[in-house]
Amino acid sequence: MGLRGDAHIVGYAQERSERRFTGQAKLTLEQWADLAAAALHDAGIDSREVDGLVCGGDLLESSTFVPATIAEYMGWSVNLAERVDLGGATPAGMVWRAASAIELGLCEVVVMAVVGSAVPPSPKPAPFDDRILFGASSNAWGSPQAEFEIPYGNIAQNCGFAMYAQRYHELYGWDERARAKVAADQRVSACANPDAVFFGQPVSVDDVLASRMIATPLRMLEIVMPCARGGAALVMCSADRARRTDHRSVAVIGFGERLTHKTPTYAPDLPHTPVAAAAASAFAMAGLGPADMDMVQLYDCYTITALLSIEDSGFCGKGEGQAFVREHDLSYRGDFPCNTHGGQLGFGQAGLAGGMSHIVEAVRQIQGRAGERQLVRHDTAYVTGTGGVMSEQTALVLQGA
Amino acid sequence: MSHDTTPALVKPRPVPTPTSRPFWDGLAAEEVRIQRCADCGGWVFYPRSRCSHCLSGRLEWRTVDGAGVVFTFSAATQATFPAFADEVPQVIAVVELPEGVHLTTTIVGAAPDDVRVGAAVVPVFDHGADGMTLLRYRLA
Repeated sequence: MGLRGDAHIVGYAQERSERRFTGQAKLTLEQWADLAAAALHDAGIDSREVDGLVCGGDLLESSTFVPATIAEYMGWSVNLAERVDLGGATPAGMVWRAASAIELGLCEVVVMAVVGSAVPPSPKPAPFDDRILFGASSNAWGSPQAEFEIPYGNIAQNCGFAMYAQRYHELYGWDERARAKVAADQRVSACANPDAVFFGQPVSVDDVLASRMIATPLRMLEIVMPCARGGAALVMCSADRARRTDHRSVAVIGFGERLTHKTPTYAPDLPHTPVAAAAASAFAMAGLGPADMDMVQLYDCYTITALLSIEDSGFCGKGEGQAFVREHDLSYRGDFPCNTHGGQLGFGQAGLAGGMSHIVEAVRQIQGRAGERQLVRHDTAYVTGTGGVMSEQTALVLQGA
Repeated sequence: MSHDTTPALVKPRPVPTPTSRPFWDGLAAEEVRIQRCADCGGWVFYPRSRCSHCLSGRLEWRTVDGAGVVFTFSAATQATFPAFADEVPQVIAVVELPEGVHLTTTIVGAAPDDVRVGAAVVPVFDHGADGMTLLRYRLA
């Protein structure tokens, strides 16, 4: 069952993170085109070879018929036109869908992209849309969130992740310094990444613990920084085509995906997460285990997200994550390189682009192009994507060719 | 004095559907009514048209005690939505009922430090001027 490893990532593009946008504002469709062109250039593949595309739901100019709009704009005729709707897990979800299509022989070269930079002010203002107020929660009539969550203030993500953290700590012990260390260690890596929003701004465990409480027990420096500049793209092709590209290619050798709930109130076994099932599938398919990974790039919208993902992916036992974090250095210099670009906590989160930053970093490391933060051992990577509140979970195992 | 109708400053209120109406009618009468599947016996919350255990369409309304325990919670020290700023710190909680179902609520009348996972809680029926009653909880 599963992938043979015959679909390879061969190029990427990544926009740097900025809290306040300083570049030239472009339409999201134009951003998509820029990222696609840059990633194809990186791979050394001509745009005319593209025969598949995977997108998210992040085009401001079109809310439906998005793949067709993109194909037309780029001038592509595609055999795979996929839109993924998995929140923060969208980019990881894109990767295995593209790999599956390539292995099925549907297409040869697939481009996937997510955008996250500022757009020009519209001269045609849209009527007020209250969806922007509720984030990942839907306030539309009949939505379970509108009726049973939002009226009680259970809105968006902070509170949901905080409720994961609260029960986790009450079951497995309180070590707030361990949780804070996730953020501090990743800042070390962000300080070796000039594209990171927190480049040049280290923080200590004490700094994290001294930051403002947002939703008990989570503090401000444990929560991602939303960015107004970002975006990323990946190019994937068949192993055969990959032999004629410019860089070491990166095979997708395992994946898993698991969803169980939208709102954590209805999670089957909180704080056990769907990461466990996704990871088990990914490792089994790859024929490798956690100990075989040279690096991990874990979705980290919050410190608790990374901590739960370390545990449930099998790098330590359930409830042992705090001790694990205490005993290991998670920075690029450390014995458990985790989120070597800084993670989203250090790199920044520009919409869906935050989740693709983990995949881009894995590819960059495996290709040996990570500069100052290049790992010595860089053949295998484990990557996760998290959507919603530990809701959508996707896991990938990547390996250099 | 004008009434502020800025969307972010109006507390969102539940709007029943034909399926959920009995739940809200129950709260108005200070009863907690949830659904039970006539085929598999499973309890279901939130209200649905089909059972979330077996997809049977034979769900029946039952009145239950409503008391439960805190499954998890967080005190929102920054409002999760501007309209809730007057309730900060708002103790948002998941309560587990003896029937096994989980529901979202807020714990009222308690300092955040006094709330614990596993604490026993009882219903507080919060009747709103709009005719809707929210199911809040207090420490038992």
